[in-house]
Amino acid sequence: MIESPAGADRGVALRLKNVRRTFGDLVVIDDLTLDVVASEFLAILGPSGCGKSTLLRVVARLNEPDGGTLNITPADSKFQTAYVFQDAHLLPWLTVRENVALPLELTGADRTEHHARVSRVLSEVGLTEAETRYPSQLSGGMRMRASLARALVTEPRLLLLDEPFGALDEITRFRLDVRLRELWIERGMTVIFVTHSITEAAFLANRAVVLTRRGCHIRLDRRLALPQVRDNELRLSRQLADEMHALLGAMEEEG
Amino acid sequence: MNKSSRKAILAAMPFLVVTIALEALVRAGWIKAFLVPPPSGIFITIVRDWRELFEALAMTSEGAVLGFVLSTLAGIAIAVFLSSSRAIQEAFYPYAVFFQTVPIIAIAPLLVIWFGYGMRTVVASAFIVSIFPVIANTLSGILSTDPALCDLFRLYGASRSVTLWKLRFPAALPQILTGLRVAGGLAVIGAIVGEFIGGQGLGSVIDIARTQQRTDKVFAAVLLASVLGLALFGAINVVSRVVLRRWHVSEQA
Repeated sequence: MIESPAGADRGVALRLKNVRRTFGDLVVIDDLTLDVVASEFLAILGPSGCGKSTLLRVVARLNEPDGGTLNITPADSKFQTAYVFQDAHLLPWLTVRENVALPLELTGADRTEHHARVSRVLSEVGLTEAETRYPSQLSGGMRMRASLARALVTEPRLLLLDEPFGALDEITRFRLDVRLRELWIERGMTVIFVTHSITEAAFLANRAVVLTRRGCHIRLDRRLALPQVRDNELRLSRQLADEMHALLGAMEEEG
Repeated sequence: MNKSSRKAILAAMPFLVVTIALEALVRAGWIKAFLVPPPSGIFITIVRDWRELFEALAMTSEGAVLGFVLSTLAGIAIAVFLSSSRAIQEAFYPYAVFFQTVPIIAIAPLLVIWFGYGMRTVVASAFIVSIFPVIANTLSGILSTDPALCDLFRLYGASRSVTLWKLRFPAALPQILTGLRVAGGLAVIGAIVGEFIGGQGLGSVIDIARTQQRTDKVFAAVLLASVLGLALFGAINVVSRVVLRRWHVSEQA
């Protein structure tokens, strides 16, 4: 099922098979098998400390799995993955524009295109006005927008987000949720969004996976029956409440 | 009154109070003038022996600044080397610490044997006492770079040298500058110790004046040495402000 109008060719498909990851004696991911189709918007839910972040790092190849395999198709081309952290993590000595351009510089993208690409992505997240400012001069929401722009500037085919809006106030968070969903529809990349917020997972994703507290097993894997375009109307709807109810049930079992 | 002049006046207050109190105590005979000369006497000595003192100050400045510049360059280079691997760090860092604990006054005579009387001994002495804070602060700055940012650079395939140059080094700058502030003061001390044994400059002026019981001249030279230390400190602060102004909390109002 292709749910993203921009076309599935933009996203990658993932196959994790019997993935295992330990840190010393601690088994964080025990034996995880998970398929993600191209251009899916997947939310990963789980209690704090269940290994969601580790899972995301394994997918980003920042941590190698100790066992099992991770396949990304079409074959792992370089720099197709972008990662958004819990906090914005911008370089404080660079302006917003320079921060957003950083991945292009590091990956050696064609220099003549930098300016146009950065401008485009800045306008997509609504930061055009702030491009000459330094991170210390921005609000938390603007910093997160810059962080998102930095992730999008390379036009990744896989976007990984690790509780990116957790530290923001609710209104800012709602706005960024809506914007992220729109960007996903426009770009058609595969998105994996890690969160411990049931509301956010249900509002954003097309599919939600709830993980167990120990070992990162899948407690629930649910396709969310919600409209393609999501706005704040949906937040108070019966439909969303039903989906949240299902996710909440699985989370509660985890205690 | 603006903020900086207020700060300058506040900082000058203790100096003025101590100076006036000292002058009064010496004049009242509570403190013997040959032990602690009155501030007015020190001032007169500075004016009268200006030429000799100024030349000495210039020599000491040269030695201290050269030693400081060398320890900045070498200290940063050594810290970058130490940061390149954990094994290298564990192998070499203890020696850097050991180097710091060697009392400079004890090895200064050796420096004279190695480098002869003159500027080279003074520079070596200033270098030896001022390099450790540069190494320690630079290393700690480089190693405490935000791990998430290191991951980001890895994700985009940045090489070690690119990560060092574009991320770790700029991230370490605030700490490097803290190290340089400490090193600046130490370089002046090192230069004067070197001059005691093997040079001219303020150290030698102090040494000779001491043997002549000229405490006024000792104090005059000490005062000029402090001025040199303050000037170095001020220069580093200016650099720090220019470099960090736009992004680091330490330089923001």
